[in-house]
Amino acid sequence: MPQLLLELFSEEIPARMQVQAARDLERMARERLAEQGFLPEAMTAFAGPRRLTLVIEGLPEAQADRTEERKGPRVGSPEKAMEGFLRSTGLTMDQLVDQDGVWFAKIERKGRPTPEIIAEMVEAIVRNFPWPKSMTWGRGTLRWVRPLKRIVCLFDGTVVPISIDGIESGDVTEGHRFMGEAQPFRVKDFDTYRDGLTAHFVVLDVEERKARILDAARTLCFARNLELVEDEGLLNEVAGLAEWPTPVLGDMDPDFLDLPPEVIRTSMRTHQKYFAVRNPATGGLAPHFITVANIQAADGGAAIAAGNAKVLSARLSDARFFWDEDRKLRLEDRLEKLKGVTFHAKLGAMSDRVARITDLARSLAPRVGADPDAAAQAARLAKADLVTGMVGEFPELQGLMGGYYAQAEGLPADVAEAIRDHYKPQGPGDALPAGPVGAALALADKLDSLIGFFGIDEKPTGSRDPYALRRSALGVIRIVLEGGIRLPLRELAGDELVAFFADRLKVLLRDQGRRHDLVDAVFALGDDDLVRIVARVEALDGFLTTEDGANLLAGYKRATNILRAEEKKGAMPSGPAIAMDGAPAAETALVAALAGVEPAVAQALAAEDFVAAMQALSGLRGPVDAFFEQVLVNAEDPAERDNRLRLLSQVRDAMGRVADFSQVTG
Amino acid sequence: MSSEKPLSFQGLILKLHDYWSRQGCVILQPHDVEVGAGTLHPATVLRALGPKPWRAAYVQPSRRPADGRYGENPNRLQHYYQYQVILKPNPDDLQDLYLGSLEAIGLDTRLHDIRFVEDDWENPTVGAWGLGWEVWCDGMEVTQYTYFQQVGGVDVWPVAGELTYGLERLAMYLQGVDHFTDLAFNDPDGPAPMTYGEVFLENERQQSTANFDGYDVATLKRQFEDMEIQVPRLLAMKGPQGQAIVLPAYDHVLKASHLFNLMDARGAIAVAERQSYIGRIRDLTKMCAEAWVANEGGNA
Repeated sequence: MPQLLLELFSEEIPARMQVQAARDLERMARERLAEQGFLPEAMTAFAGPRRLTLVIEGLPEAQADRTEERKGPRVGSPEKAMEGFLRSTGLTMDQLVDQDGVWFAKIERKGRPTPEIIAEMVEAIVRNFPWPKSMTWGRGTLRWVRPLKRIVCLFDGTVVPISIDGIESGDVTEGHRFMGEAQPFRVKDFDTYRDGLTAHFVVLDVEERKARILDAARTLCFARNLELVEDEGLLNEVAGLAEWPTPVLGDMDPDFLDLPPEVIRTSMRTHQKYFAVRNPATGGLAPHFITVANIQAADGGAAIAAGNAKVLSARLSDARFFWDEDRKLRLEDRLEKLKGVTFHAKLGAMSDRVARITDLARSLAPRVGADPDAAAQAARLAKADLVTGMVGEFPELQGLMGGYYAQAEGLPADVAEAIRDHYKPQGPGDALPAGPVGAALALADKLDSLIGFFGIDEKPTGSRDPYALRRSALGVIRIVLEGGIRLPLRELAGDELVAFFADRLKVLLRDQGRRHDLVDAVFALGDDDLVRIVARVEALDGFLTTEDGANLLAGYKRATNILRAEEKKGAMPSGPAIAMDGAPAAETALVAALAGVEPAVAQALAAEDFVAAMQALSGLRGPVDAFFEQVLVNAEDPAERDNRLRLLSQVRDAMGRVADFSQVTG
Repeated sequence: MSSEKPLSFQGLILKLHDYWSRQGCVILQPHDVEVGAGTLHPATVLRALGPKPWRAAYVQPSRRPADGRYGENPNRLQHYYQYQVILKPNPDDLQDLYLGSLEAIGLDTRLHDIRFVEDDWENPTVGAWGLGWEVWCDGMEVTQYTYFQQVGGVDVWPVAGELTYGLERLAMYLQGVDHFTDLAFNDPDGPAPMTYGEVFLENERQQSTANFDGYDVATLKRQFEDMEIQVPRLLAMKGPQGQAIVLPAYDHVLKASHLFNLMDARGAIAVAERQSYIGRIRDLTKMCAEAWVANEGGNA
């Protein structure tokens, strides 16, 4: 079946927009075609620096004929209504059909030729494309991300005529700007298109461009006994900046290696989009870099390497200037300047925040096994690097530079380390602060922003989380859990934040494969100690996989169902059940079992040994099963009945101290 | 760079003049009011607005008082040159024309890596923005390339294409020198060779001193406020053909903008005040832009 090839050729598309643009192109085409009753066999979209391309396989020559049935007014409706219906359907009275007193119109729609539909589709896509930012150019009114130059639109080898704001479709595209003869060329279908691009030095597929960059960069390194420092984000970006990506290895003045490696890497990455290179023997950076050029130069890239080396040198000289200047002032001496840095209009200056974090870090220190004075000192200096030259230039080095500067001025190692680590963890894959002082400071930093922003009602909503509060909460949770830190969250942060933490913890536990309902069952107890909550969830999970656990859960459900039904009828008997004279053996046995289990559960809970608490509960399983088998709760004698209801309440309460089993499914 | 002798600083300017002259540009001289960037020349900011076609190229001395380093930093100056090209409407082949200018100054695009890297330009003080790129040559930004979308808060249509070359940086690259003072200003083999340093180093030293420590802040502040009086006063007048008096008014906006930059270099603008000053300049620019458009493209 015929193929459609569409190329939208423009001036350079921002690298960060390309991947989404390919997705949008495919989605829009799919939706449009579906509306017209087309279900193509295959669709593939590509995006690169100068083009978006879509190839669709398996489109029919024309749309199938369709019959549309439309319901009209009732027979005998006023003339006005009939007229309107006839007008909207384009039929006459004698063509309508009377079905059970209602007029129906059967409209035959002749299938249209596919090219006609394609032309409409392409125009709609081009006019409504969801670029994050778009522009007009020249005397045109069309909006595109940058000027749109050409449209290739071929259906089954024939140009589909389209004209959009003066751009006429055709079968001609362009290859690389500088390589080859740089002349436009004609294509017939996707194969000749793709091959033609390759012959004209354009790699169409971004995955192929990425593979090409990685292969060549690794080979360059290997030949010099070096190792590429791989960087997925950077790879994605440079793959969108070159049609014929060609890695070139350049040299860096080895003197710069005395700068912190993070500074070198950040300068390379953010300013220059270079890959760093490692010495495999030492694991440290090597005095080289890899830039990804867009051309394969006749001199093997010598001029490109030399030019880039010069630029890098200038950049690193700037970095060295900051590094040298910044170390002339102690962090302490920068604190005054933080008074002039606004943290948030409603939350005061950075100096105010520092004061809050300092108090908090000092009070948290004993809970994490840190020295309160060290924690307070680290907190006081933690934000001082925000007013250094280096962090002004590279905001992403905040914290890290503070750590370096603290070390350079001879502050205690744990203080320097804590300053370095206090933004950690920055994401699920990031490491935690290395030591207890770092943990105290990181907790204080995150709790202060959570408390502050919740206090001024700047809470995350939906996908909006401008202050990354979810990440902060998750950071607190990870530090607390992995360090076994006992934190009275409610006292520190209030009910609303405890609920927020609970939500984040649920997400975390669910991601770790814990059952959602078990998390709910434990949260329902209202605890705010994350370590205890997780221990309970784990114990509960283990317990319910045992036979005793599963059966006891069934017994619990039966008991609560009965109790609930009774509660609806009116007041329930209170107090403990007793071993009544003449009671069935199973009843007396359950009373006895409870008398043993209740204190055992209480003792285990007091020791926070949740596995033992569950084990103690499992002592109820046999007596509960036997009770339900042999005893009728709804006895004739009200005294007997009340005693049995008391018994069931006791079972429910005993279990409820361990978890809210009513939240557990299954 | 080609094997030929690289262009001197003035040779570079002459080549660009020659090249853009051949593309139909009027070759203007610098505007005679201090500006922070070539864009602010009325030939760009005002002429970008309105329906009339316009092509111009010029060198604009640009003053950024806070960037001064007493001539000691290899590539930071408080007074430097931008080469500015504006074409309205932008021709379809503007990118090719631009690349032609690189070839003209001796950059071989088959030996050097030329890249168009996303960079959306905006200048909040004149309420202007556009989409485009910074153009990289072997990893160095050599040109800002912008399709103007708005100036003074007014939509630009037809769209003007703007190119801004950083001349010192570009010349340093072409000549392979590491410090601006070492640039050959004229022909180093000529009868009276001069370096950029010989021409301008003393200016950097003196101006940096004045910028950072010299000017009386209270006077600057008063002068800024004076400009705020002049602009609306001029705009309220009518010229002989009944037009608004925009060009002189705009000159005073530029003066206000420069006074703001001087106050900034003196450290006299508190963080909280900055936005308000920028807003005041933007409002003045907006008044000029609207008056210009109302003049049916400025009667120019």
